Amino acid sequence: MVDAAIIDEFVTFEKVDTQTRVTLKGNWIIDNAILIDTVTKEIFSRLGGSCETGRALAQTDMMRLDCSGLQKLDTTGAVLVRRFAAHMGEDCEATLMGVPEQNKALLDVITCCPVPAPTEPERPPWYLGPLIETGESVFLAVRSLGRLLSFLGLVLVRLFGSVSEPGRVRLVPVIHQMEVTGLRAMGIVGLISFLIGAVMVNQGAIQLAKFGADIFVIDMLGISHLRELGILLTAIIVAGRSGSAFTAQIGSMVLREEVDAMKTLGMNPIDVLVLPRLIALLICLPLLGFYADIVGVAGGIMMAWIQLDISPANFVVYFRDVITVEHYWVGILKAPFFAAVIATCGCYQGLRVEGSADALGMRTTKSVVQSIFLVIAFDALFAIFFTSIGM
Amino acid sequence: MTDVQIATKMPSSSEAMDNAIVVTGLKTAFGDHVVHDGLDLEVRRGEILGVVGGSGTGKSVLLKTIIGLNHPQAGAISINGRDQASLTTSEERASRREWGVLFQDGALFSSLTVAQNVQVPLGEHYHLPTDLMDDLARSKITMAGLPLDAACKFPSDLSGGMRKRASLARALALDPHVLFLDEPTAGLDPIGAAAFDALVKDLSKSLGLTVFLVTHDLDTLYRVCDRVAVLGDKRILINAPLSEVVHFDHPWVQEYFGGPRARAAGIE
Ligand SMILES: Nc1ncnc2c1ncn2[C@@H]1O[C@H](COP(=O)(O)OP(=O)(O)OP(=O)(O)O)[C@@H](O)[C@H]1O
Ligand SMILES: [Mg+2]
Repeated sequence: MVDAAIIDEFVTFEKVDTQTRVTLKGNWIIDNAILIDTVTKEIFSRLGGSCETGRALAQTDMMRLDCSGLQKLDTTGAVLVRRFAAHMGEDCEATLMGVPEQNKALLDVITCCPVPAPTEPERPPWYLGPLIETGESVFLAVRSLGRLLSFLGLVLVRLFGSVSEPGRVRLVPVIHQMEVTGLRAMGIVGLISFLIGAVMVNQGAIQLAKFGADIFVIDMLGISHLRELGILLTAIIVAGRSGSAFTAQIGSMVLREEVDAMKTLGMNPIDVLVLPRLIALLICLPLLGFYADIVGVAGGIMMAWIQLDISPANFVVYFRDVITVEHYWVGILKAPFFAAVIATCGCYQGLRVEGSADALGMRTTKSVVQSIFLVIAFDALFAIFFTSIGM
Repeated sequence: MTDVQIATKMPSSSEAMDNAIVVTGLKTAFGDHVVHDGLDLEVRRGEILGVVGGSGTGKSVLLKTIIGLNHPQAGAISINGRDQASLTTSEERASRREWGVLFQDGALFSSLTVAQNVQVPLGEHYHLPTDLMDDLARSKITMAGLPLDAACKFPSDLSGGMRKRASLARALALDPHVLFLDEPTAGLDPIGAAAFDALVKDLSKSLGLTVFLVTHDLDTLYRVCDRVAVLGDKRILINAPLSEVVHFDHPWVQEYFGGPRARAAGIE
């Protein structure tokens, strides 16, 4: 319910013969927009109702909209005037009159554009919904895997092609990427590996002590850290750290049409953007993996010294006797594959960004999730492979 | 209510009342690159001020400094008689509602459609019913010269000129009293640019808008600007009606207004 006084502030009605003259007055500006809108709705919902203004309106078939009383009018107000007129127009004719000179231009410029009713999209029966969604997401997953594979193919072609044409790969960006993705990652990779190595010894010793076999904690640390954990952790950290950066860098370049510009300048985006990142990771990830192995074992040595009272020298001697170099090779051999996965996913998702900032965020998330998933999946395949060849 | 509050804060002298924007002794610098030094500028209420100057003279920086996105090293800026440096947060919010800004490169929100972009300021400052919001957005979009089907498109799906118009629609969403436009007609076709000029002129006449218009378009200067300020040598060289500026004795100004393009625009 709107107060009659408030209605009166914006609209008055006056009956002249069979016509009703509606006078708009007051300030039709954006600050009053809510009020005016409610007033308008109130008046027209009362049409034909019991109230006086409603009846007055209902009895006429021709209305005049007198705008001469308008004191202030802005573009929002002009839209509201048009809406008012459109409401009247439904069952009777409305004419604007007495528009003040300074408002003429405004009311001419503004046209009322009522929103067309949206058409309801067709809905499948409820039991089909989950099926359709599952099917669609499987389809999308397979398709994106296929696209990723073909992108990998493209990158490999360019990579091996650059062997015959070494000038194509730019050295400076490679070095820069090596610094950013390798050197700068040493802090976090070292910290995490050290802690994991220490925790493994700590927890392993407690369990193995139950059998009086706590010395075997060194075997356990050596095998699991060198074969699996060291490189896996490094790869996951690098995927989160550098894979996301690749996507964000390349994606924002795509959004600002820098990649298009590159193409028109005769530069191949794969050569310029993807290869330096790929090569840098191919070099750095094995190095980081090696570093993670050393630091992880160092963490283990420290924990064994504190907890089991095994001196570092004894630890190293025992370690040398029980851990063969194969365990190390098994771990480090996986590094280039992980590097390829991370660089490919990161760059691929970056190049697929289109449209908006939202898409950039979505692609970055996707790139990290996808590369971590693929790293772990590859790791599982490698585990089976190495076991079956007896390494 | 708000009128009363505003009225009490306005300075009493009538001269200051006539100026919507007053900049005094402005100095801005990025590192040791000084862009403005001792710049003074006055924009009168209800006028359309054209700001010209060579590329890189700091027109966009001046605009951003006035609207508070850049902090000046020295100098004072007052808009509608209120010193911008001494505003409280709520006063700042209230005063921002009275401005519309069109950035040089549009600055539309890329993850929202054009209609949603226009509705952002409306939703932020007023709680209007949805149907009215939709109606307002569409009206402003057509007013800015865009076809209606652009309303539900994303900025990345529009042409450069259309993006410019969409950001004008957003700048006009709150019916601002002061409009800051950074090269609004750059990248528009001549017909569109002429319509744009006419729209700005109409709006400023019927709403009493104050417009701060950075432009390189001589036609716009000639057709809509009440006064023209020339930016050069880190300050405002002259701020006067076009007919006076044309005769101003400065090599850049003479070259600017004496060139073949100026003659084609009808400036003597
Ligand atoms: N964020 C920034 N950091 C450093 N320098 C800047 C920054 N923004 C602008 N500048 C410098 O300030 C100067 C003025 O730039 P501005 O964008 O205002 O030029 P303009 O007059 O608007 O030119 P145009 O007509 O080409 O738009 C330029 O020399 C520019 O290099
Ligand atoms: Mg600029």
